[in-house]
Amino acid sequence: MDLFEYQGKQYFARWGIPTSRGGVADTVEEAVARAEEAGYPVVVKAQVQVGGRGKAGGIKLASGADEVRSHAGAILGMDIKGHRVRRLWIEHASDIAEEYYASLTLDRAAKLHLAMVSSKGGVEIEQVAEEDPAAIARLHIDPVDGLSPDQARRLVAEAGLAPSEPGAQEEAAQVLTRLYRCFVEGDADLVEINPLILTPDGHIHALDAKVTLDDNAAFRHPEWEEWKGSAELDERERLARERGLNYIGLDGTVGIIANGAGLAMSTCDVVNQVGGSPANFLDIGGGANAAVMAAALEVINTDPKVAAILVNVFGGITRVDEVARGIVEAISRVELGSPLVLRLDGTNAEEGRRILKEHESERLIVRPTMLEAARTAVSLAGDRSRERDGSQEEGTEGRSR
Amino acid sequence: MSIFVDENTKVVVQGLTGGQGRFHALRNRAYGTKVVAGVTPGKGGQDVEGIPVFDSVAEAVAATGANASFVSVPPRFAGDAVVEAAAAGIPFVVCITEFIPAQDEARFYNLLRRDYPATRLLGPNCPGIISPGKCNIGITAGEIALAGGPVGIVSRSGTLTYQALNELSLQGVGQTTCVGIGGDPVPGTSFIDCLAAFQADPETGAVMMIGEIGGSEEERAAEYIAKEMTKPVVAYIAGVTAPPGRRMGHAGAIISGSQGTARAKMEALEAAGARVAPNPTAAGEMMVEVVRGL
Repeated sequence: MDLFEYQGKQYFARWGIPTSRGGVADTVEEAVARAEEAGYPVVVKAQVQVGGRGKAGGIKLASGADEVRSHAGAILGMDIKGHRVRRLWIEHASDIAEEYYASLTLDRAAKLHLAMVSSKGGVEIEQVAEEDPAAIARLHIDPVDGLSPDQARRLVAEAGLAPSEPGAQEEAAQVLTRLYRCFVEGDADLVEINPLILTPDGHIHALDAKVTLDDNAAFRHPEWEEWKGSAELDERERLARERGLNYIGLDGTVGIIANGAGLAMSTCDVVNQVGGSPANFLDIGGGANAAVMAAALEVINTDPKVAAILVNVFGGITRVDEVARGIVEAISRVELGSPLVLRLDGTNAEEGRRILKEHESERLIVRPTMLEAARTAVSLAGDRSRERDGSQEEGTEGRSR
Repeated sequence: MSIFVDENTKVVVQGLTGGQGRFHALRNRAYGTKVVAGVTPGKGGQDVEGIPVFDSVAEAVAATGANASFVSVPPRFAGDAVVEAAAAGIPFVVCITEFIPAQDEARFYNLLRRDYPATRLLGPNCPGIISPGKCNIGITAGEIALAGGPVGIVSRSGTLTYQALNELSLQGVGQTTCVGIGGDPVPGTSFIDCLAAFQADPETGAVMMIGEIGGSEEERAAEYIAKEMTKPVVAYIAGVTAPPGRRMGHAGAIISGSQGTARAKMEALEAAGARVAPNPTAAGEMMVEVVRGL
């Protein structure tokens, strides 16, 4: 789960990482109230999970209530690269002497934690990495040992942060050790501060916060619950998540359901190879049963782009007879807007195919291989898309929503 | 021959008394695997259809001579279970548990690397390993595998592993060993570990490698293939159509920017001399051709 800036700052605060005084606002009036609390001048910041907010006009400085009102009014509702601004973060504006960069993540190749610190902050770190790789100090950290204060100090020195200010260097080292604790204890996949600033009076301070939490660790973080509702998902992704499905919307016309991420991705690829385009990625996971299959079909059925549905299941833990029962249950519960093409193999596949036998029709087609099933689905989707172009109503008929 | 396991492998199942553990352990035993013990703290002295249960791995090893462990416990206990097996001297640990926090994985992987270097961990979040006719640890349906070789399979994806086994078996091409390394951020066993073992295994004549988007393991494997492999490799990479920056199911399948894209991986493997197939069926067909030419 990606956190918004304001959530990331709230998270940072738990580990004592210094951030600016500020608050969240969903309306212009709330924005003024938060600004009064934070003290002028303030920065009005759009809360969207996309880079380049500043350039798009989503970050503005305000020295009084009138300015907050006009900026907040302009930014709320703004569309930034397809992300609608629904919330603002208002914080006291900081004086900046220098801008730095700090992050922690897992280096999958080394299988160790990786700290990256640079005196060149405030710009895209990818750009720094490309143009001046020596400007980024890197340190691999063994997760068993953790990051020691001494290592943090050396990293600060190596990156050249606050070169003539020992007090600020010590603060920077402390921010790094706290950021490391936030990363590990906070179960983040990534924590990043860009910019980490040096103020003219010699203090170190996080001006932004980028945090990606590891969803697998949610069981030991009940406090994440409040953030789940605000995650940027489209309607179908939300619906799918509620049902425990792993769904990602794409742009095509062939709805895809498969068990296992690898097989689901592979199914998208094969659809593409035979001339179609996947409408989604949907992994029903290992051990999927009838209810899961029915839920998956219902989610796909709400997508008006879908013109054919391809179900590709290779039973391992997942039992194909269970999947077949789910399909039968789903078609009895909702009227599917698109024909179904099935490829079922693996554990109890024969029993599964037998269950489906009496339901087979031109709307429910079973094919023996993945490739043949993809070809059939793509051809059906193509025919139906062409029909739709002729008749506008066709596409939304028989939808459950 | 086979890699990592054989007909003498004796398996202790950690989590045998749980629903999943029991189901797969009994399936593995029915396949012919020597499942000699189970471990569930507090349930020592019981048995599961004749398989004795112990309180600790150390006790199970002492009583039965188990030399491999099958870890099937919930995510929050998986790390401790893996470390317990290593501490008990088990040289090969298969962890199928899904949804383990990445921070835990990074910690126990490095703990093993430092304190128990003799232990090989397979997984977590993997389908396991099968050496057809000899040993099956994990969740693979044994019926779809065919004994006799000469193909070794290594895969990051569970269901695509079954797909590959099926494609080969249907064509009458057998396998020496099929290893599912799993798609998590910190896999205990890498592509390179398996490629090296297959290269050294006299019965393996060719290797099928199944990768997916994310990370750089496939690119590193390509370097290894170019430098060290004399046996032919057929590769398939899933996720050509995956949008960047999105997680596709497991932690493994995530791409940021151009790094770790399916195209980049396919190009690296092709440049290394591997034959790269556009889909699993084509990979099976390519392998059949390769095996005919051996």
